[in-house]
This record gives sequence, C-alpha cells and structure tokens, in this order.
Amino acid sequence: MSSFTKAFSSTLGKKLIMSLTGLFLCLFLIVHLLGNLQLFKHDDGMAFNVYSHFMTHFPPIKIVSYLLYLSIVFHAVYALIITIRNSKARKVGYAVYKGSANSTWSSRNMGILGTILLIFIVVHMSNFWAEYHWGGLPFIKYETSLNNPEEVKVTKLPYNGNELVYSQYVDTQAGTEVVVAKDLNIIVMDLFKIWWYVVLYVIAMIAMGFHLYHGFQSGFQTLGFDHKKYKPVIDFLGLWVFSIIIPAVFAAMPLYVFFFK
Amino acid sequence: MSGNMNLTLKVWRQKNAADKGGFVTYKADDVSPDMSFLEMLDIVNERLVKKTEDPIHFDHDCREGICGACSLYINGRPHGPKQAITTCQLHMRSFSDGETITIEPWRAEAFPVIKDLAVDRTAFDRIQEAGGFISVNTGGVPDANEIPIPKVVADEAFNSATCIQCGACVAACKNASAALFVSAKISQLALLPQGQTERYRRVQAMVAQMDAEGFGSCTNTGACEVECPKGISLTNINRMRRDYFNAKFFKEEEIH
Ligand code: HEM
Ligand code: FES
Repeated sequence: MSSFTKAFSSTLGKKLIMSLTGLFLCLFLIVHLLGNLQLFKHDDGMAFNVYSHFMTHFPPIKIVSYLLYLSIVFHAVYALIITIRNSKARKVGYAVYKGSANSTWSSRNMGILGTILLIFIVVHMSNFWAEYHWGGLPFIKYETSLNNPEEVKVTKLPYNGNELVYSQYVDTQAGTEVVVAKDLNIIVMDLFKIWWYVVLYVIAMIAMGFHLYHGFQSGFQTLGFDHKKYKPVIDFLGLWVFSIIIPAVFAAMPLYVFFFK
Repeated sequence: MSGNMNLTLKVWRQKNAADKGGFVTYKADDVSPDMSFLEMLDIVNERLVKKTEDPIHFDHDCREGICGACSLYINGRPHGPKQAITTCQLHMRSFSDGETITIEPWRAEAFPVIKDLAVDRTAFDRIQEAGGFISVNTGGVPDANEIPIPKVVADEAFNSATCIQCGACVAACKNASAALFVSAKISQLALLPQGQTERYRRVQAMVAQMDAEGFGSCTNTGACEVECPKGISLTNINRMRRDYFNAKFFKEEEIH
C-alpha cells in the first residue's frame, strides 16, 4: 500500500474524507443560498430562471457541480463506513448511558441527522435537478422594454419536445430585451404550495442546523485545525452562520411561497 | 451510625471473557458517606465473602488517583458523576440515600472483560510499545537545562504527560475511540526536542496500532475531555492529526 492509501484507510484518514467533503458542502451551501435568494424577487421568476440556466451551463460551474455530487456520495458512504466501524468497536453497549453529561446532542446524533439530510437531498434533487435536466419543463419568455425596464411582457410557452432552447437577445425592432428560459420557477412555486412538502423542507433545515452545529467545527478539528485565537471564530461561524442563519433563510423560502405568494 | 446510607447496587457480573454475563442486584446497607467508592465495594465484598459468595472483581491499585488502575462505569459515566477524578477519589457523599447505582465495566471490543468489572487494557500497552518512547544513548548525565524549552511548550508537554492510561476516554466515547489517550502519549514526546528524531515514525506507528486494536474513529464529541480524570485536552487529538497527515502526505520516507 502506498502512503496515501494507508493514510486514507486509517481512522484519521477516513474522517479526513468526511471533513473535506462536508466542508465543501458547507461552502456550496453559501453559494446555493445566495442564488436562491432570487426566489424572493417579484419578477415572475426571471432572475431565478436565468440563474438556473447559468448554473447548469457555465463550464467551470459544471465542473464544481460534479465535485459536489461526488462529495455527497463520498460523505454519505464514509459516514456509513465509519459508523459501522464505530458500532463494532463497542458491541456490548451500556445499560445506563448519560451522554448528555459530556457531549452535545448534535455530536451524538450525526448519523441520524445525516440520514434525514440524505433523504432530503434525494427528494430535492429528483424534484428540481432531475426535473430541470430531463423533465420536459415548460419555457417562459420575458420581453423587457429597453426604454422602461419596469415594463415586462411575460409569455408562458408549454413544453414542446426539444424545439425550445434558452436564448437571450435584444430585439431592436420591438425595442425589447428578450429572455427565453426553462421555467424552473413555476415548478418551485407549485411544490412550495404543498403543505407536506413545506413541512419536509422545514424539518430538513432544522436537521441541517443541528448537523452543522457539530459538523462545521468538527470538520476543522478533523483537519487538525485548533488554535486558541481562531477556533472561537470557527465555533462562532458554525453556530450563527451554519446552524442558524443559513438553515433559517433556506426554510424561509418554502414558507414565504406557501403563505405569501 | 446516623447519616449512613442504604444503597442498591446493580453490578455487572461475568465469570470470564467467554461468559455472557449479566446484572446482579446487591444491597449495600449502612454505607458511610465518607467512604470512597472502592471502600464501599470492599465492604460489599467482605459481606459476600462471609456468605462464601464470589466477591466482585474490580481493578484498583494506588487508591490515590495517580495510577489509573481503577475504572468502573457508574450510573452512565466513567468514574461516576464527578468530573476530573478517578473512582478511587469518588466519595459516597456524591450519592444519596436510597439511590440505585448501576456499575458496569468499560465497554469496548479492544477492552475485553476479564472478570466482572475488570477489563483487559493491554491494548494501551501495545500502542505505547509501537512508538511511545524515545531512544537515548546511555552515558554521561547531560546538564540540566542544556536544551532551552519555552515554558508554554514544557507545560503543554507535561499536561499531556499526566495521562494515567485509565481508559476513561475510551469508555466515555460513543465510538470507543482511543484518540485522547494515543494523542496524549504522542504529544508528550512530540512537543519536546528529545522526541523529534522519532516524531513522524512514532505518530504513524501508534495510530496504526490504535486502529489494529479495533478502537473506533473519533468524531470530536468531546466526551473524553470532559471525563478525563487528568483533564487531558482535545488539543492533543488535533495535534496528533496534524502530525499524522504531515507524516503521511508531506514527509519523505525514503532516500532518493
Ligand atoms: C447538506 C449536506 C451536508 C453537509 C453540509 C454536511 C457537513 C458535515 C460536516 C462539515 C461534517 C464534519 C466532518 C468531520 O467531523 O470531520 C459532517 C460529518 C458527518 N456527516 Fe455530514 N453533511 C451533510 C450531509 C450528510 C449526509 C447526507 C450524511 C449521511 C448520510 C451525513 C453524515 C455525517 C456523519 C455521520 C458525520 C460524522 C459524524 C461526526 O463527525 O460526528 N452528512 N457532515
Ligand atoms: S486506584 Fe490508582 S488511580 Fe484509582
């Protein structure tokens, strides 16, 4: 075995994979959140649909997206491998176990929280990602007047085989800027009108908050990072940004659509 | 005597490693709150011996919190309800009259039960033998303070060196990970100049042995640090990881 193979098959190395993939997913969450904020705009989904096209077609982002899929797979697979090893390390458990006396609830339930996240990711990706790629989505056409950007004409174009493609151009005769895009926005709006779907989202975001409350700072420790001055910064970000703000804003999206749109 | 307590003990009894084992309930009446936990068990054992029953086996040696021999998982926590002490330093006043106390051995596949509450902790010795040493030539006694070492570094190394190998970290960890013990033993040498020669060989050998013994993988729950009778800190685990990754990914192991 080479030094690398040995390193990655050790208990420390397997956790290194969890940490690298987990922290990469955390980074992705920020980008994903900022992009999705377009859903709050009152523009019939124009910004969101343009953004969706960009994210699925801009080559560097495509490369990153493959890294992302791999990360999810590796994170989940290594979570399983590590959890199996850890349960084998103590086959006979304690009759009385007071974990709350010495560790946080999150840190003791990472596997369950992760499983909720995995279920969520599968549902989420099959509804939006798979739908966007192969689902036969309707298109939508936005004609924005060049003289008055407030004036937008919106035309819905039903799914029509492979006839329609994304386009963005200026129509000088009509004096408009035209955007024709897949209407992912409408899919989002429709799903976020279903109550149990909204509940699933909110639960998943709560689970994510708890997962990252332990996970974010733990990921840094797994890399060996520990510093009297900077570890508190990591803990602060883990608590406020990753386990409160990000999940709360994500959860606000379906709630906003459900109650106010 | 007034003020004495009557307790119910649920004790894990197991004849040997092959036996399945199970809990047996004992009455521990008239227990002084000033007894240590082990003295309380001594009394229970004396009463068992009088009845010609097999006494409860448990490990102990110094009974002053320095050897690390005593163990016992008491009411869901290693070394009982108090922090930063060993079981021999735990007093019965930490319990209340009429209480039921559940006593279990350390639970880990790497720590097989020998009998009752005594477990085999030689896995720790094998990890130490794999690299927890420095090689020094015999000869003249070197001058004291010949090698300057910053106070913070010396203190940190001494803190790591206070580990008494009791195994409470493994017992407390939901993953039965030995990371705190192993990293303390690595740190106490890696921090000091005398430990540099074997630093990267040591960390690799000791981690490999830790894995071979079947301990779990650390997930940073921090339970070990809280339960450690000597207050060994998690920093040691992170230091071990840095040295390990450094050794595996960046150090040259062969001449070329
Ligand atoms: C939104 C997606 C996810 C993110 C951002 C995320 C993030 C993280 C991070 C940063 C860690 C810390 C790594 C370490 O301690 O070294 C972690 C650990 C872990 N994750 Fe995830 N994770 C996600 C999804 C999942 C999924 C889908 C699963 C399970 C199928 C999962 C299971 C686990 C487990 C078991 C651990 C290790 C437990 C521990 O360190 O205590 N995670 N995750
Ligand atoms: S018997 Fe020595 S530390 Fe408890």
